[in-house]
Amino acid sequence: MSLTLPTYPQPDGRGRFGRFGGRYVPETLIPALDELERAYAAAKVDPEYLNELDRLLRDFVGRPSGLYLAERLTAHAGGAKIYLKREDQNYTGAHKINNCLAQALLAKRMGKQRVVAETGAGQHGVASATAAALLGLDCVVYMGAEDIRRQELNVFRMKLLGAEVREVTSGTSTLKDATNEAIRDWVTNVRDTFYILGSVVGPHPYPAMVRDFQSVIGEEVKVQHQALEGRPVPDAIVACVGGGSNAIGIFAPFAYLPDGERPRLIGTEAAGEGVDSGRHAASVAGGRVGVLHGAMMYLLNDDEGQIVPPHSISAGLDYPGIGPEHCLYSETGVAEYVPVTDAQAMDALQLCTRLEGIIPALETAHALHHAVELARTMRPDQTIVVNLSGRGDKDVAEVMRLLSLPAAQSSAPGTLHARPEVQA
Amino acid sequence: MSAPTPPTTPGAARLHAAFARAAQQGRAAFIPFMTAGYPTAEGFPAVADALLERADILEVGIPYSAPLGDGPTTQRASEQALGGGTSTRHTLRLVRDLRARHDTPIVIMTYVNPIYAVGPREFMRLAQEAGVDGLILPDLPPDQDLEIADLAAEHGIAVTFLIAPTSTPERVKLVSEACTGFLYAVSVTGVTGAREGSALGEVPAMLALARQYAQVPVAVGFGVNDAQTAQQVARVADGVVVGSAFINAVRNGQDVGALAASIADGCRKS
Repeated sequence: MSLTLPTYPQPDGRGRFGRFGGRYVPETLIPALDELERAYAAAKVDPEYLNELDRLLRDFVGRPSGLYLAERLTAHAGGAKIYLKREDQNYTGAHKINNCLAQALLAKRMGKQRVVAETGAGQHGVASATAAALLGLDCVVYMGAEDIRRQELNVFRMKLLGAEVREVTSGTSTLKDATNEAIRDWVTNVRDTFYILGSVVGPHPYPAMVRDFQSVIGEEVKVQHQALEGRPVPDAIVACVGGGSNAIGIFAPFAYLPDGERPRLIGTEAAGEGVDSGRHAASVAGGRVGVLHGAMMYLLNDDEGQIVPPHSISAGLDYPGIGPEHCLYSETGVAEYVPVTDAQAMDALQLCTRLEGIIPALETAHALHHAVELARTMRPDQTIVVNLSGRGDKDVAEVMRLLSLPAAQSSAPGTLHARPEVQA
Repeated sequence: MSAPTPPTTPGAARLHAAFARAAQQGRAAFIPFMTAGYPTAEGFPAVADALLERADILEVGIPYSAPLGDGPTTQRASEQALGGGTSTRHTLRLVRDLRARHDTPIVIMTYVNPIYAVGPREFMRLAQEAGVDGLILPDLPPDQDLEIADLAAEHGIAVTFLIAPTSTPERVKLVSEACTGFLYAVSVTGVTGAREGSALGEVPAMLALARQYAQVPVAVGFGVNDAQTAQQVARVADGVVVGSAFINAVRNGQDVGALAASIADGCRKS
């Protein structure tokens, strides 16, 4: 790992990736965003900050995470080699910690003693609470009531780590509403509070900053793929996309390669019960351009501008928008975004667990489903890297509940599978 | 207020006249707020009529599903109104009906996404048709969309942007100069809602700065909830915006007209 942060193209002077992004926020926050932008610009070239971040990522998180050849999954698909980028190996169990430590260090550097965060699945909340405990900061996490129900154990983890978890009951009581509430807290306490945003969404500079912090994932892939395959660039990269932080983290280091050298970059959106069902969280496939949480992006919203409540089996993908840089990638064809349903994700979760002994997060299972489908269409000398963005321990109770539902009662999420076939 | 430049639109002219009339009477303009379609689509006109009895300008909010700048009171009102079927286009129809009965200027408070979803040009056309005089845009810093003010002006509609206690002199200048209707100064860092104690906080310093640049009247809002807080603000501002207090009154079944009269009386300069 190098002691520099990569320098990918920055958004334009108004904080935009093409026509996406920007700063659609109450004026109260504009000076805070300017302050954050200046502090980040200074930190990213300050060896002291970078050394400390590097040390924590290595010794506290356990980076680099492995790039693991999933031999039995590869054999099952019968095509391209499937590699798993093991972000589930990170301390706290997902990629979220990469960004949280970097932002919490920045908060400390800016003299902000209090941090707030939103969380969906609870992974970002746990990672924020962890970073706050490590650095001695006060931490408040906003979480929707529905997600608190789905992710009880993560709620307790946050409390154990010393964070205060505030239940959000407005709107649909999920990630969108928790994010609104975190922003309201920030608007109110802006002078002494730092907002640790968990994804590549929100007002500028968050989408670019979170991308930079997560790009350690893709930068490691280059080195590891070189060592394993004798070339730095795989043929395809697949990652799940809610707001899109794990995907941008593995895409960005490859997205700005020239045409012809760039791997296929594929984001899997949560299609819930199907894009046509109206019960999904697929912002590219089923949304239209709009503004949410300070940024212009593809968004589930109706023709009067009201947000359409998203649905996904996975709390972490249950978000009505997608980060502005992903929107630009989609519009320019740099990356593709494909829908994967609840049922397909449930099947893929079980497949990966049975074949590889790795229980992936439900979010990640969306990417695994597509990777297996894609591998079938590719040659054995080609490679796919799947961002295994998080471990599934947090989902086990919810998976158990869904699998025990009578088939007639459950419209989508799947059935408990027998041992899958592995082709020779 | 500093000497206003000639209003550029009919909406701005009507708003400026309302401020001038109040000033002549030794008052700050009284600007009550109500969420469109609250408490119900059928019940809203009577609430608006009661407010319009004493309002110099009425502010009507388009119910929105992700209201970042609003506290719990207005959020709940929005959810209830949306549940009752009042969204963007319906709000404009409600305003059109009010304008048929009242000559008082009406401004629309809306987050920017409903404007984009309807289409900025179509939205302005509908707003003009409804008789909307101005727009208040709480999540649109003026430098984020350089076309919306021009499009509004083209349709005779004034625009209002917000400054906050955190705003730097550069931001106050930029925002103040972008306003054509009036400038909206947020009295506290935070979201909308009634608060205990003084509503004044950092307002005097902010207003002193704003008046260096603003060519339009300056109204103050957030946290004004009764005659007493209204009077504190009226001493220093050209207009007083009161929102959550009226939503609370509607929810609690109180006499909205009586509360409006009391707060309007509180808007006296001395």
